[in-house]
Amino acid sequence: MINKKVPGVIEALEGVSDNMTLILGGFGLSGIPENSIAQLVKLNVKGLTCISNNAGVDDFGLGLLLQQKQIDKMISSYVGENDEFERQMLSGELEVELIPQGTLAERCRAAQAGFPAFYTPAGYGTEVAEGKEVREFDGKMHVLEYAFKADFGFVKAWKGDTAGNLIFKGTARNFNPNICGAAKITVAEVEELVPAGELDPNQIHIPGIFVQRIFQGALYEKRIEQRTVRQRN
Amino acid sequence: MLDKNGIAKRIAKEVKNGYYVNLGIGIPTLVANFVRDDIEVEFQSENGVLGMGPFPFEGEEDPDIINAGKQTITTLPGASFFDSAMSFSMIRGKHVDLTILGAMEVAENGDIANWKIPGKMVKGMGGAMDLVASAENIIVAMMHTNRAGASKLLKRCTLPLTGVGCVKKIVTNLAVIEVTPEGFKLLERAPGVSVEQIEDATEGKLIVEGEVPEMVL
Repeated sequence: MINKKVPGVIEALEGVSDNMTLILGGFGLSGIPENSIAQLVKLNVKGLTCISNNAGVDDFGLGLLLQQKQIDKMISSYVGENDEFERQMLSGELEVELIPQGTLAERCRAAQAGFPAFYTPAGYGTEVAEGKEVREFDGKMHVLEYAFKADFGFVKAWKGDTAGNLIFKGTARNFNPNICGAAKITVAEVEELVPAGELDPNQIHIPGIFVQRIFQGALYEKRIEQRTVRQRN
Repeated sequence: MLDKNGIAKRIAKEVKNGYYVNLGIGIPTLVANFVRDDIEVEFQSENGVLGMGPFPFEGEEDPDIINAGKQTITTLPGASFFDSAMSFSMIRGKHVDLTILGAMEVAENGDIANWKIPGKMVKGMGGAMDLVASAENIIVAMMHTNRAGASKLLKRCTLPLTGVGCVKKIVTNLAVIEVTPEGFKLLERAPGVSVEQIEDATEGKLIVEGEVPEMVL
């Protein structure tokens, strides 16, 4: 067994520095790497390019990095629900690149899988395709999109073992599995870290080969963005 | 004239047995409430769930189980979770049978604009561009005119596009319309709405052939 376990979040983020490109998991606030984000805030690294589907809310998720003006550029598919984000974007302090959600996921997966680029129909004929190579396949136009290149990938899983194997829960899975192995170093934080051998190999979603560092996360808040319920009769 | 629930009710009739369906935010979300309960349908949410159920009972919300609108949801028997790349494999790979989404504008050539208004805060396209570029069966649910009373069914879209030549059918508060190579073909009128009212509210070319039936809801 190759041991991927590090003592905690401090060791997990060793080597993170200014001007790096980071990919972070999560959809809205679900499945975000809360502990790694908190440590990025503590380290106060600046000039970051962050690739993540969303940008958090004002006081949680990536919104915490925005408050300290740590992010120079954000690559996302949807960035509503964040006033500070809007202010920085409109004032020009923050550069924002909006890309289709499926393209974002696939650019992660391409980096993970070793594909330099791929063609997708998403965005053809729109401003997203401006300046990009296009090509026709079977009578339909496609846009060439490139794999992401990033320094660190931060993911959150439900369970993991010391070999770096990961299991996700519910829709907190989202982009997290696609980010594993997409950056030079993948850091996984988990709600429950167990010794190698305790997880059933049949149930592993992401094999440890895609993960360089794994640590036991703490104090998960798991904030709900839109609490919707129905009444009992 | 229909209200939002009426539009959703009419679109629900387009949902057939055995369909996997992706519902957008807004009016499309309401469609799930009106699907006949004697057919089997599974709802996909692009953040990674197939077999989406109703909202949870109070106290049973799970922050790890949400839909693409970030709302807490439940799952039904037979449901599955998956990652985002696989979710868009379902969409891009045409495994999802029907996509229902809202729009700001639709053009008579099937172009759709629904993500950006120049000069206003842009929130992003989310999964809309992937959905409209790939789905074979797209129904747009929207009001026929905007708040200022201007038509949303145009010769050409004026707003930045989400996708080109992709919309097949439109259900509005006034009509059911098919997008054909010749233009907007009027299929049905909403209850109490005349062909003239629909013509007045449609900027793009409207094709009216013979007697246009009233919707059966």
